[in-house]
Amino acid sequence: MSILITTLSIGLVLAVLGLGVHIAFRVFGFSDITADGSFPLGAAVAAALIIAEVDPFIATAIAGAAGGAAGAITGVLNTRFKINPLLAGILTMTALYTVNLRVMGKSNIGLLGKATVFTPAESLLTSLVSGASHCTLLGRDVAVQDLACLAVSGVIVLICSVALWWFLRTEIGAAMRATGDNGAMVRALGGNTDRLLICGLALANALIALSGGLLAQLQSFADVQMGIGIIVLGLASVIIGQTLVGGGASVGVSIVGVIMGSVLFRLLIAIALRMGLDPNDLKLITAVVVLVALVVPSALGRVRPRPRRSMA
Amino acid sequence: MSDRPSPSAASGERVQLKEVFKTFGVGTANETHALDGVALEFAAGSFTVVIGTNGSGKSTLLSAIAGTFRADQGTIAIGATDVTSWVEHRRARFIGRVFQDPFAGTAPTLTVAENLALAESRGLARTLRPLLRRAQRDSWRERLVAIGLGLEDRLDDPIGLLSGGQRQSITLLMATMCAPAVLLLDEHTAALDPKSAEQVIELTQRAVDRYRPTTIMVTHAMSQAAMLGDRLIAMHSGRIYLDVSAQAKQGLQASDLHALFSQMRREDRLDEATTAMLRAQYS
Ligand SMILES: Nc1ncnc2c1ncn2[C@@H]1O[C@H](COP(=O)(O)OP(=O)(O)OP(=O)(O)O)[C@@H](O)[C@H]1O
Ligand SMILES: [Mg+2]
Repeated sequence: MSILITTLSIGLVLAVLGLGVHIAFRVFGFSDITADGSFPLGAAVAAALIIAEVDPFIATAIAGAAGGAAGAITGVLNTRFKINPLLAGILTMTALYTVNLRVMGKSNIGLLGKATVFTPAESLLTSLVSGASHCTLLGRDVAVQDLACLAVSGVIVLICSVALWWFLRTEIGAAMRATGDNGAMVRALGGNTDRLLICGLALANALIALSGGLLAQLQSFADVQMGIGIIVLGLASVIIGQTLVGGGASVGVSIVGVIMGSVLFRLLIAIALRMGLDPNDLKLITAVVVLVALVVPSALGRVRPRPRRSMA
Repeated sequence: MSDRPSPSAASGERVQLKEVFKTFGVGTANETHALDGVALEFAAGSFTVVIGTNGSGKSTLLSAIAGTFRADQGTIAIGATDVTSWVEHRRARFIGRVFQDPFAGTAPTLTVAENLALAESRGLARTLRPLLRRAQRDSWRERLVAIGLGLEDRLDDPIGLLSGGQRQSITLLMATMCAPAVLLLDEHTAALDPKSAEQVIELTQRAVDRYRPTTIMVTHAMSQAAMLGDRLIAMHSGRIYLDVSAQAKQGLQASDLHALFSQMRREDRLDEATTAMLRAQYS
């Protein structure tokens, strides 16, 4: 039970990563791999600030802002200097590796015993169950602390997804969606597509760094290596989600799909690990899952063309 | 909306090109003088039809006005404003544009309503207000009823589900709904079946009559070239070699154009191959 709850919490925290990846890859169609640097950047900034006794909520917000700056840099490299998306992302990501080491001062930081964004909910729940560290839920014994983490993760994902849903339907957000769809049209209608892309990548990486900062607090440590392959993990959520809800889904439904995809993927991994999967094999498995998810729908698509492309 | 000209007011502004040059692929084997010193003035509210062989620079002319690229040399002014150094999205406040590709003017995953809403805020600063506001729906519905394709009930469908002709009609609506100073049409009916093409041409004529933008239309369809507009320009190798203005264009027929081409051949302003190409194209 405890493992299930922890798995769900991690799934929800990584859903925020998925939302960021969704913005870059799906909304803009921009293959942004800055995430491998901006995710650990969020973790590093949050951890370093928490160690420095900064309020964990402020620390987490600053972590998100730092990710936003990283995304904006990738956007500027692409639009201003015409560097292709992958290379722009690689440049930012590589530079961030050093930045992350500098921010942390060493290659990892432990946060055990430090107050995090999860702490207030933990104290609240503990006082509700009159000080006990465990309680029974559905006939099982669960740690109050784990429940609190799950609740906080859920609330954060809820806030992020509702905010994103609202944003993508504003004038600016819709112009961003249109930019990914048909940039020439947006320019012809007076939209500055360069600026829209830079802001969009900033938003995407802010969410990704936020996710990194939250994961560091959930796991009580930040590690400079924690970003390796994270983009593939985010893509897995996005692609699984898209498979669940369909490629032509509306803004809101796609967002729900990403969250479901992230949680589902975490559950599958937890089950696999329980059945004896070597954690070292995880990245390979993740890559294979993404590959399969990428190949299967397009293979199906050859049989059943997507309505979006149809012409009468 | 209050800073917009009222829909019935003539919105056209004079467009002036002075010695505009544009060369693609400078220094390569494919160096092309797409615009070779074009000097043109389009009067406010005029409707000019542009013809010419493939690769003669017609699209490049429209792109130079729209600001898709910067001209290598020369100046471009819209009304009293010198827009030579303005980038495309900045010039958009003056310009409505429809391309040949019926899918180029709309964003497929956005709904019909969202596409219209984006067009409605052309050239205005975009904000964090919701894009779709209930108050506008009725006016869009009315406009869609007016184009008579039964699209008024599809406001909430992704526009990618619509046919090419339907999308091109909506693109035209989007290009004209804010009463642009300049309307640029680049073979906007070429990819449509004859019936849709006819509908779009009719919509074009109606929009032009209503807002009187300074209209520049490229076409390969002889019937359109003869029937529409009050001025005819023919291009070749990045230059204007024929400019038929108001009176002369009245009653101009396909055969007259052929005669014109032949006459120009005699005057040695065109080579034989080009003349043959023009004859074939405008038959
Ligand atoms: N972006 C570009 N890069 C390189 N060459 C270009 C570019 N755009 C146009 N050209 C060249 O410039 C010349 C003029 O092209 P343009 O598209 O203006 O012709 P057009 O008159 O519109 O022809 P069509 O009737 O086929 O549409 C052509 O030789 C074309 O190959
Ligand atoms: Mg052309």
